[in-house]
Amino acid sequence: MDTFVQQLINGLNIGAIYALIALGYTMVYGILRLINFAHGDIYMVGAFAGYGLAYFIAANLGLAGASWGALLIVLVGAMITAALVGMAIERFAYRPVRKYSRMTTLITAIGVSLLIENLFVARYGGMGRGFPQLLNDRTYQLFGNAAISKSQILIFVVSIALMLLLQWIIYKTRVGTAMRAVSFNLNSSKLMGINTDAIITFTFALGSALAAAAGVLTAQYSPTIDPLMGITTGLKAFVAAVLGGIGNIPGAVLGGLLIGVAETMVVGYGANVGIASTYRDAVAFAILILVLLLRPSGLLGSTVQEKV
Amino acid sequence: MRRTLIALGLIAALLMATGCARRGGNCPDPGGAIKVGVYGDLSGQTSSFGQSTKNGVQMAADEINAAGGINGRQIQLVIEDDQGEPGKAATVVQKLVNQDQVRALLGEVASSNSIAAAPAAQEAKVPMISPSSTNPKVTQVGDYIFRVCFIDPFQGEVMAKFAANTLKAKRAAILFDSNSDYSKGLIQFFKQGFTKLGGEIVAEQAYAQRDRDFTGQLTQIRSANPDVIYVPGYYQEVGVIAKQTKQLGIKAPLLGGDGWDSPQLWDLGGDALNGDYISNHYSVDDPTPVIQDFVKRYKAKFNGTAPDAIAALAYDAMMVLADSIKRAGGTDCQKLRDAIAQTTNFKGITGVISINSDRNAVKPAVVLELENHKFVYKETIQPDTGGGTTSPSPEGSASPAASASPAASAQPSASSSPTANTSGGNANAGATNANQ
Repeated sequence: MDTFVQQLINGLNIGAIYALIALGYTMVYGILRLINFAHGDIYMVGAFAGYGLAYFIAANLGLAGASWGALLIVLVGAMITAALVGMAIERFAYRPVRKYSRMTTLITAIGVSLLIENLFVARYGGMGRGFPQLLNDRTYQLFGNAAISKSQILIFVVSIALMLLLQWIIYKTRVGTAMRAVSFNLNSSKLMGINTDAIITFTFALGSALAAAAGVLTAQYSPTIDPLMGITTGLKAFVAAVLGGIGNIPGAVLGGLLIGVAETMVVGYGANVGIASTYRDAVAFAILILVLLLRPSGLLGSTVQEKV
Repeated sequence: MRRTLIALGLIAALLMATGCARRGGNCPDPGGAIKVGVYGDLSGQTSSFGQSTKNGVQMAADEINAAGGINGRQIQLVIEDDQGEPGKAATVVQKLVNQDQVRALLGEVASSNSIAAAPAAQEAKVPMISPSSTNPKVTQVGDYIFRVCFIDPFQGEVMAKFAANTLKAKRAAILFDSNSDYSKGLIQFFKQGFTKLGGEIVAEQAYAQRDRDFTGQLTQIRSANPDVIYVPGYYQEVGVIAKQTKQLGIKAPLLGGDGWDSPQLWDLGGDALNGDYISNHYSVDDPTPVIQDFVKRYKAKFNGTAPDAIAALAYDAMMVLADSIKRAGGTDCQKLRDAIAQTTNFKGITGVISINSDRNAVKPAVVLELENHKFVYKETIQPDTGGGTTSPSPEGSASPAASASPAASAQPSASSSPTANTSGGNANAGATNANQ
């Protein structure tokens, strides 16, 4: 029992990371009908920004070692950096080709993804690097053998807080209302006097910031970052968005958690039914195929659902 | 059109001619500077391995050249990056052999890459010395492939012995890298050694390279309640595994192999690594003057970086090669191959190196404890006390071979690989191998 609970905690934990990244996919899709394949790399850029920032504040502000202050600065700093990068990508890569077919934008997205990855490999090397630990990690015993660590609690708390914040932005603010309007119909929104370009840029910034938060949080939990870390994680988050119903915000969160749990259960119990634990990555893609076959609109997605 | 056809035909004829020349084994010494190819992972996931190898070889070559070269001829290194991928390793070795015409090759570290690259060297009859690939299959590719380190049957058994005898462990769990020949080889020999000593393997879990979350596997391992966990992976994943082991509140120490050895390990695992153990080729803290002198020279040359075992082995590999070229009187491929094969009692940094009939080095291993960002020397395990696993005695003189029988049962699969008969005259070498 304690082993099962533990696996559930482990699964929800990586699921929360997938959910944060999936939100970015789903928001951009909701507005532009574009699958932003560079989004996984934004997650990586966020982790690297946090890495640089952690060393910078350790050297210049004397905030070396683990402290909540340092963690907060790194987290927020990485989110801002990634938001700027996301906005730049939208402005210089996607906006110029937006008037062409959707396929053109999709291919541009793949190009941007490869560009970012290879720029980082060229600049930093493909080797993983240790992310500075900004948290005095310790483990809390729950019951039996089941335990939860501070870094896992951090992932849960921060991701839930960010999701609530996102919910508030979308439903309680003017810009959120505008986002929802654009997702319904871009051209009519324009006629209503909404600055659609600004709203699209803002959506990219928001999604990128969430991905960067996921990057920094993961790095506290499994302290290695490398330029290609966004590929698999990004793809799984994309599957999570499709599973939940792409364009649907609660769907992205649900999809992320489900993928995380499914993956961990394969590692934990797959051997009992003849699935080796190394098939964990295949599971996400098997789910993708099943969803596309059985329920292409995803678990929560439907044509009348309000999209962002 | 016809002209193109003629040109193509000419090119094909030319290729065939050179191909035949190579296959004929006709590769006399061209004279002049001696070109040595070095390949390794300089920019990929395990680039610390490639960098250390490059540094070790560079240092040895510079020392040889500064002392007047080999019989007055300078060594010229040609260094290639394979990004740690087996496919690319094979490609860069093709390039080194065919385009750069190197006379000998040094590399790789990861066994999978050496196995992928070795056939190209073997076919072209360019002697290749792997400084630090420990999987037995590497040198089974052919009679031009050597190594200057011990092999996994020995390394796996060293850890099994250490766990059972020194740590008094009864229950061991295994977490291995399912992409790596190195990792799969080690767990096989660890299991045999550990069960032979009365221990029990209570859990076995696998992961894939580039995984960043191991909590699923570790949770299952924890529920089996082991005394030790054997994790013979590479430092990239091991650092994270160590951290997540502690996050799950697991107290059992992790045991590993030489794949953990990288300055980067501490970056990734930090204090979570305290109390773990690895088997390795040498210890940087070993007070022996030869080693301390080497460490001093290396640090002076590379901005204070301490040489890990990979660097020390690379240095030894270059020195063994230089010694062999000197004994062979040049780089005629057949003569050079024979000279490397005849290496006996060469005093290297990582111990006294003798190449046995399987083209493997027979050497002791050390066990190191990880403590506050340092590898602290615990004990040395000699090949003979290692159950005769790497006993230099040729073709299984019955008695020690019998004691090593569990390892033997595993070997036939490896030696029956299609390349095994490349070794031709070394048919009985295969037999010895079965004893290892």
